[in-house]
Amino acid sequence: MLKKLLSCVREYKKPTWLTLIFILGEAVIETLIPFMTADLVNSIKDSAPMGHVLQVGGLLAVMALVSLACGACAGFTSAKASTGFAKNLRGDMFAKVQEYSFRNIDKFSSSSLVTRMTTDVSNVQMSYMMIIRMAVRSPLMLIFSTCMAFYMGGALAAAFVFTIPVLAFGMIMIGKKAMPAFRAVFKKYDKLNESIEENVRAMRVVKGFSRENYEKQKFASAADDICQDFTRAERIVAYNTPLMTLCMNFDMVFILLIGARMIIRDNTLDIGQISAMITYGVQILMSLMFLSFMYVMVTMSIESMKRIVEVLDEEPSLRNGADAVKEIPDGSVDFRQVSFKYSEKAERFALSQIDLHIPSGATVGVIGGTGSSKSTLVQLIPRLYDVSEGSLLVGGRDVREYDIASLRDAVAMVLQKNLLFSGTIRENLQWGNAGATDDEIREACRLAQAAEFVESFPDGYDTHIEQGGTNVSGGQKQRLCIARALLKKPKILILDDSTSAVDTHTDALIRQGFREFIPETTKIIIAQRIASVQDADMIVVMDNGSIADVGTHEELLERSPIYREVFEQQTHGNGGEE
Amino acid sequence: MPKMQGGRPPINPKVLGRLMKMLFEFYPVMVPVTIVCIIFSSISAAIPDMYIQQVIAIITNAVDNQISWDTAREQLIPKMITLVVLYAIALAAIVLYTQLMAFITQGFLDKMRKAMFNKMQDLPIRYFDTHKHGDIMSYYTNDIDTLRQLISQALPTLLRAGTVVVAVFFIMMWYSIWLTLVTVLGVIAMFVVSGMMGGGSAKYFIRQQQSLGKAEGYIQEMMNGQKVVKVFNHEEQSKAQFNEINAALAEDSYRANAYANTLGPVVMNIGNILYVIIAVVGGLLVLSGAPNLAISGMALEISIVVAFLNMTKQFTGNVNQVSQQINAVVMALAGADRIFSLMDEEPEADEGYVRLVNAEIASDGTITEAEHHTGHWAWKHPHQADGSVTYTRLEGDVQLDGVDFEYEAGKPVLHDVSVFAKPGQKVAFVGSTGAGKTTITNLINRFYDIADGKIRYDGININKIAKSDLRRSLGIVLQETNLFTGSVMDNIRYGKLDASDEDCIAAAKLVGADDFITRLPEGYRTQLSGNGSNLSQGQRQLIAIARAAVADPPVMILDEATSSIDTRTEAIVARGMDKLMEGRTVFVIAHRLSTVRNSDVIMVLDHGRIIERGSHDQLVAQKGQYYRLYTGAFELE
Repeated sequence: MLKKLLSCVREYKKPTWLTLIFILGEAVIETLIPFMTADLVNSIKDSAPMGHVLQVGGLLAVMALVSLACGACAGFTSAKASTGFAKNLRGDMFAKVQEYSFRNIDKFSSSSLVTRMTTDVSNVQMSYMMIIRMAVRSPLMLIFSTCMAFYMGGALAAAFVFTIPVLAFGMIMIGKKAMPAFRAVFKKYDKLNESIEENVRAMRVVKGFSRENYEKQKFASAADDICQDFTRAERIVAYNTPLMTLCMNFDMVFILLIGARMIIRDNTLDIGQISAMITYGVQILMSLMFLSFMYVMVTMSIESMKRIVEVLDEEPSLRNGADAVKEIPDGSVDFRQVSFKYSEKAERFALSQIDLHIPSGATVGVIGGTGSSKSTLVQLIPRLYDVSEGSLLVGGRDVREYDIASLRDAVAMVLQKNLLFSGTIRENLQWGNAGATDDEIREACRLAQAAEFVESFPDGYDTHIEQGGTNVSGGQKQRLCIARALLKKPKILILDDSTSAVDTHTDALIRQGFREFIPETTKIIIAQRIASVQDADMIVVMDNGSIADVGTHEELLERSPIYREVFEQQTHGNGGEE
Repeated sequence: MPKMQGGRPPINPKVLGRLMKMLFEFYPVMVPVTIVCIIFSSISAAIPDMYIQQVIAIITNAVDNQISWDTAREQLIPKMITLVVLYAIALAAIVLYTQLMAFITQGFLDKMRKAMFNKMQDLPIRYFDTHKHGDIMSYYTNDIDTLRQLISQALPTLLRAGTVVVAVFFIMMWYSIWLTLVTVLGVIAMFVVSGMMGGGSAKYFIRQQQSLGKAEGYIQEMMNGQKVVKVFNHEEQSKAQFNEINAALAEDSYRANAYANTLGPVVMNIGNILYVIIAVVGGLLVLSGAPNLAISGMALEISIVVAFLNMTKQFTGNVNQVSQQINAVVMALAGADRIFSLMDEEPEADEGYVRLVNAEIASDGTITEAEHHTGHWAWKHPHQADGSVTYTRLEGDVQLDGVDFEYEAGKPVLHDVSVFAKPGQKVAFVGSTGAGKTTITNLINRFYDIADGKIRYDGININKIAKSDLRRSLGIVLQETNLFTGSVMDNIRYGKLDASDEDCIAAAKLVGADDFITRLPEGYRTQLSGNGSNLSQGQRQLIAIARAAVADPPVMILDEATSSIDTRTEAIVARGMDKLMEGRTVFVIAHRLSTVRNSDVIMVLDHGRIIERGSHDQLVAQKGQYYRLYTGAFELE
């Protein structure tokens, strides 16, 4: 996992190494500073000539300046490395998702992908920066300071022999107890926030049923529960500070008492060394503290790392074959004993044993209840999913032999879950054909019955569409989506319930346009309304994942009970719609 | 943090005051004890410096005057004992306050969360219609997190470091005013530098937030539209566009982090340089024998300089700690400001005094209030004028009389709408989006209050009815189905909390939901999550309808309740719906005209006015707007 992540550092390896070098420099100097100050203190104490004092002082000041420069440079390079790393992670994830097939996309929810690319990447960025700044620094400081302490203090350093293991052991124990507690409570906390979100969304239901007090009680008990767990976990962590203080205090007393004895009785130490020892003591304990802090940070971000790697490791389930064919000869479609299920583990086939021939240029209607797999049927044609069994031919060739992009250019599909993107109408339409001229755009819009309302907007084709297309009505959105698909000049056009919000009159005009202006294109229309399909060359009636019947409107009225039922329901309920 | 945009300095001292007041009110004992403990432990952390000075003085004296270790030890031991005792007391104080802090932090956040949630429950629907849900959520997540940071980290650090700074300052003054002056000058330099850098950092952090928001928005849009991207082979273009946004984000966050990272080493090394300066100046003063100026009146000697060096370190270290908390404080105050803006929202007003009560109805029609569930309900109407109480039977007669309404001043949505629904009648509203259909139902259950006109329920002005009772008497099924995390049974029971399992199943059977529920893996005990994402839209709507059915209200509002059920399934549901509507007053809003066809009266709305009314047959015969809608000549969207 780590290897996979680190492979995304790429061009930011250089700032990473630079950071390590600068930090190394900073750490070395920082451990030397107390050594030098001891010298300074001693020379003052021994009434050394002022020249020497100034010399040592000057050297110290230079060292501080070098340390400052190193620290500042490391600050910049570490920021460069970590933000660059995060950029690469985001970019790689985004690019990877672009390679995903529908099957891959179904696996991750879009909101989870968003979290992975934002929050999780930020977490990893933070820990990366933390690690490259501290991973070298803290152990180095620990080692240097300990060495210096032994070098300078000799027996006095025995204080640390005692406190380092005590502090390390104590912090490990605290971490061991606190980490699982925190992890558990964070899960609960996420749940609590989810329930708040649920509540905000469902406020009309809450108020409609006068359930405010019920919700308050429910929330209070959940919140109190979490508060208890949080408090328990934080109380464990709270022992870190006293533990640290205890160790520092012990060192202080030890150094003063034994140090005094060493100076006065044994004459093996001087006062400057005592103050240096105190400084080293603080440095040693601080670096231990940072190490434990770093450990916590990294473990906290392991979940994020896992979630990022999941996205990066996901294998796109569709790939181009070796010599993919780029030319699609015509718009004929053949289903040959096609069966399909969404996941290999699924027990039930979403489609079973489909046999269907659609000649090029035909208009085909598809009708059936929810869950009858109408959408599934047509999604196989542009190879959004691969068949599980059997084969699907477009233009007389198995779809798996085509270059995917060429196939999808030839098979235009207007999805049921339509989307426009933020940008102008023109930009949205150009998704169909990036080089489309104004005339072509107007033409497509006319065919989709969108030209009239678009041109009535003050900004016409430059009208800005809000994210999600919220500033046009549902019917307008559907018509724009059809125009966008038409701009591809496809050999096969698939409308998956794409005119449900369009009135019947306009719906009829759109179909009439198709007949007159794109007669060679195969048109496959999924609809709820019989009216949308009744003049098709053939109508496919789907039921429960298989084809119940195929025929013209008249034939089906005669022999298909399902078709007749739907027809009667609609004409009975709404006689004039026909 | 959208509200930090525009660079407005978000520090508001009033907010800090209010936070502190709340903190003290919540924990009138714990907070002062904690404060005392923090101050005590900080002072006792500063005092050892004086002891070190004394110890070093003893040592120097011993060395200079060739005093034996035994004699020196006699002098040292009492000092050391005092030091150990001081340390022990300080340690106890630290244990106490860190433990208390754990309680206070989490307890305070818990109380805040509950206060926010309770407040939110009391807010009118208007609030939720005019605020983005993401913004409301960020009060509970981001803003609460900043408070956590403030209370558990920033405030104790400020208090502790502040105390140490003050204590050390006085100790320094005790020893030498000259050296203290040098230290203070150094600290001022630190402030100036970190202020300069902090300003740059803040600027870039705001920019980073903005570009983060932009990147997040783009990712969100693309992830939602990923299938469209695939269908249009638009992968390369979206990658290119993302790379641009991503690079901008990386650049801004690089600058923000670079400034923040550099601050630490800069301040620390100014501290180091200050250390050298003190050593040199101190050494010079001692050597030159210059007169010392000190509160204690002591002469400057080497033991003082050594102790002073340590104090300088402490002083600058703590000043550094204070400066590092400033960012957290600013963020937390901005967060608290937003939380307070939620807390200060005007709650939903309810002056209603007419209550819904269980009633006993005698054979002669007189109504008496009952303590227990009788199956009959009545409106209890106390009259202020003469102190009498009248009871009106709950029947479900709803009248709108000349109702005007506007969501925003100057943009009227309904004009002079009058609707009379007798008990048991089915009233349908038809019209294009924005015609005001849903608005009418929003007014009946008082999600919004009317501007002019009257709405009466069983002859009582609904403004006089307590809102909770009014809504209890109205069942509502909305187009957008919202289910809660929990079992299917829990979700149905939401309509009536004391309903038995049998009641819930009966309601599900009534509306035709039982069939699919029993086929779910765990039947009625199947757990739903994420708004029932494991169910189809139609199945969700059926559960919502069952939820309304179990409440058994005399009046029902069905706002596009069956819009997501396909026509075949709707035929099945329709039978259940017919049973559900039996004997109730029903308001129906439907996109599909087949759903409203058998209503007693159909209202055709256009731009907030009722332009046609009548039964289906009457309206078709009129050949007006309804006829045009019906024949599909008009778009209903």
